[in-house]
Amino acid sequence: MRRGLGELRKDLSIIDVGKGTARDERTLKLKKQFRRIPKAAALIILLLLVCAIFSPLIAPHDPIEQNLANALKPPFWQKGGSFAYLLGTDNLGRDILSRIIYGARISVIVGFAGVLVSGIMGTFLGVVAGYFGGKIDLVIMRLTDIMLSLPYILIAIAIIGAIGPGLTNIIIVLGITQWVGYTRIIRFEAMSLSKSEFIEMAVISGTRWWRILLVHILPNVLNSAVVLGTLDVGKMIIFEAALSFLGLGVKPPTASWGGMLADGRVYLTFAWWLATFPGIAIAITVLGGNLLGDWLRDELDPRHQLKA
Amino acid sequence: MGAYILRRMLQSIVVIFGVIIITFMISRVLGDPVALLLPPEATPEQRAYLTKDLGLDRPIYVQLVVYVSKVVRGDFGMSFRHQEPAMKLLLDRIPASLYLSLIATLISVCIALPLGIISAIKRGTIFDQIGMTLALLGQSIPAFWAGIMLILLFAVQLGWFPPSGYGGPKHVILPAVTLALFFSAATARLTRSSILDVLDMDYVRYARLKGVPEFVVIMRHVLRNAFITILNIVALQLGLLLGGAVITEFIFSWPGIGRLSLDAIYNRDFPVIQATVVVAASFFVVINLLVDIIYSATDPRVSRK
Repeated sequence: MRRGLGELRKDLSIIDVGKGTARDERTLKLKKQFRRIPKAAALIILLLLVCAIFSPLIAPHDPIEQNLANALKPPFWQKGGSFAYLLGTDNLGRDILSRIIYGARISVIVGFAGVLVSGIMGTFLGVVAGYFGGKIDLVIMRLTDIMLSLPYILIAIAIIGAIGPGLTNIIIVLGITQWVGYTRIIRFEAMSLSKSEFIEMAVISGTRWWRILLVHILPNVLNSAVVLGTLDVGKMIIFEAALSFLGLGVKPPTASWGGMLADGRVYLTFAWWLATFPGIAIAITVLGGNLLGDWLRDELDPRHQLKA
Repeated sequence: MGAYILRRMLQSIVVIFGVIIITFMISRVLGDPVALLLPPEATPEQRAYLTKDLGLDRPIYVQLVVYVSKVVRGDFGMSFRHQEPAMKLLLDRIPASLYLSLIATLISVCIALPLGIISAIKRGTIFDQIGMTLALLGQSIPAFWAGIMLILLFAVQLGWFPPSGYGGPKHVILPAVTLALFFSAATARLTRSSILDVLDMDYVRYARLKGVPEFVVIMRHVLRNAFITILNIVALQLGLLLGGAVITEFIFSWPGIGRLSLDAIYNRDFPVIQATVVVAASFFVVINLLVDIIYSATDPRVSRK
């Protein structure tokens, strides 16, 4: 049984209409489904979102204000550390914890926007290739082959070099380089869908092609797109951190985890905390995304469930 | 099978041509080579002369044809930065990249295969849970941070290995482990799922029903059949690595293709950028092709599809 988003939506619409016992049963089922979200993943993502949205309220210090008298203070449990700066300070006397909390904003934005841009592009091309087949399919598939063989970090760096660093440009680069994964899988699904009876009926009854794509095929491939997107959030965050690490990401002094790592690398020999904590923040965040993605894939694909 | 291989070869050639055309386009988007090569105080005559000399005054499609015909002969032109052909600069870096990728792949296989195999065979047990948790952690840790942490621990604190540079076994360990950590996580997960796929097969059930000892079932039926998929994964990773591990090479100052290409991008050294991108992509495509050929030779179902 495929328990997908489509079903969920159907469930919800039935709840709206209200059908006595059936309704109670379905709300129960929904509740059960949500209860199965891995707690660790839910906790991590909640924490990340809270940090990103309420950073000014949570962060104990200003993330940008420099205070050279306080530079390179170790975390509180080490000699010379204080509770005012729990995770220590960097070379410019900025509080590491506050910068990590503010840095969550960049990661959240890049994670979501990157997935959205690449996901929409990839899904669109996949649906088009799978539905029309023939020459269009051939061209799109060779294009995905080319994109897969290109060293995408290099391409990303080269494009950023040309259009300049910054948040918007990073998201553009992520969109350009990361759509391939969606296209390959969605194309496959759209292909088998387009051979199914209900699509044939739609064609016979004279439905326009864009309506078939939008109303009949797209909703049926959305499950896969959502799973792929969730699994990709972590990749996007790592990608942004890598670009910022190379000095091609978000411009300083804005706090970003990759940028903090790059700063910390210089002071590695005598201030270990500079590079250590932002990395832990990245790893935990990506872990949360991966856990959620794995869970979602198992939920939506019963074949995988058997294996898990 | 012959027709299948021929078709795959044609596809690969199309892909490499596509990559060559994309590198041409990228270099045109990235900026004007004349402005980069000449100092700002150059006269308009000097600019015009260089434009003509580089062939930039000709129509764009002529430039493209000239470019492609040179590239297929391995001629990417002279590096803007160093007075040497771009291809030669690249070839000089291949041994370092090859060395690092082979060691990294070796380490990754040594970690990933036992982890994946044990997790699959002992599915659902504590071994499986530990193995897959490790793999998930490995996938969540960014490689460049892992590299920095390895330097911090093994070079700065313990002093066992040099923090960076090129040389013997001591120098290669940290960068290779950095790369291997990430790749082994993915390989372990894929190894596990490909073995689980085989375990579900009828012939495995039949062998068990027949009373074949479990060890023999695993060695003869399961591993042998899962091996091709695993080989596929490992080969593709090697193909990716050969094209240069940009960030790892940057962190460890490793003089491979990745470092060369990064420097070339910072210097806007177009011929070198183009050479590295085309060569890296070709490595990937060729290894992909080889894997598919081996695949179709061992599994006749592939070429019939």
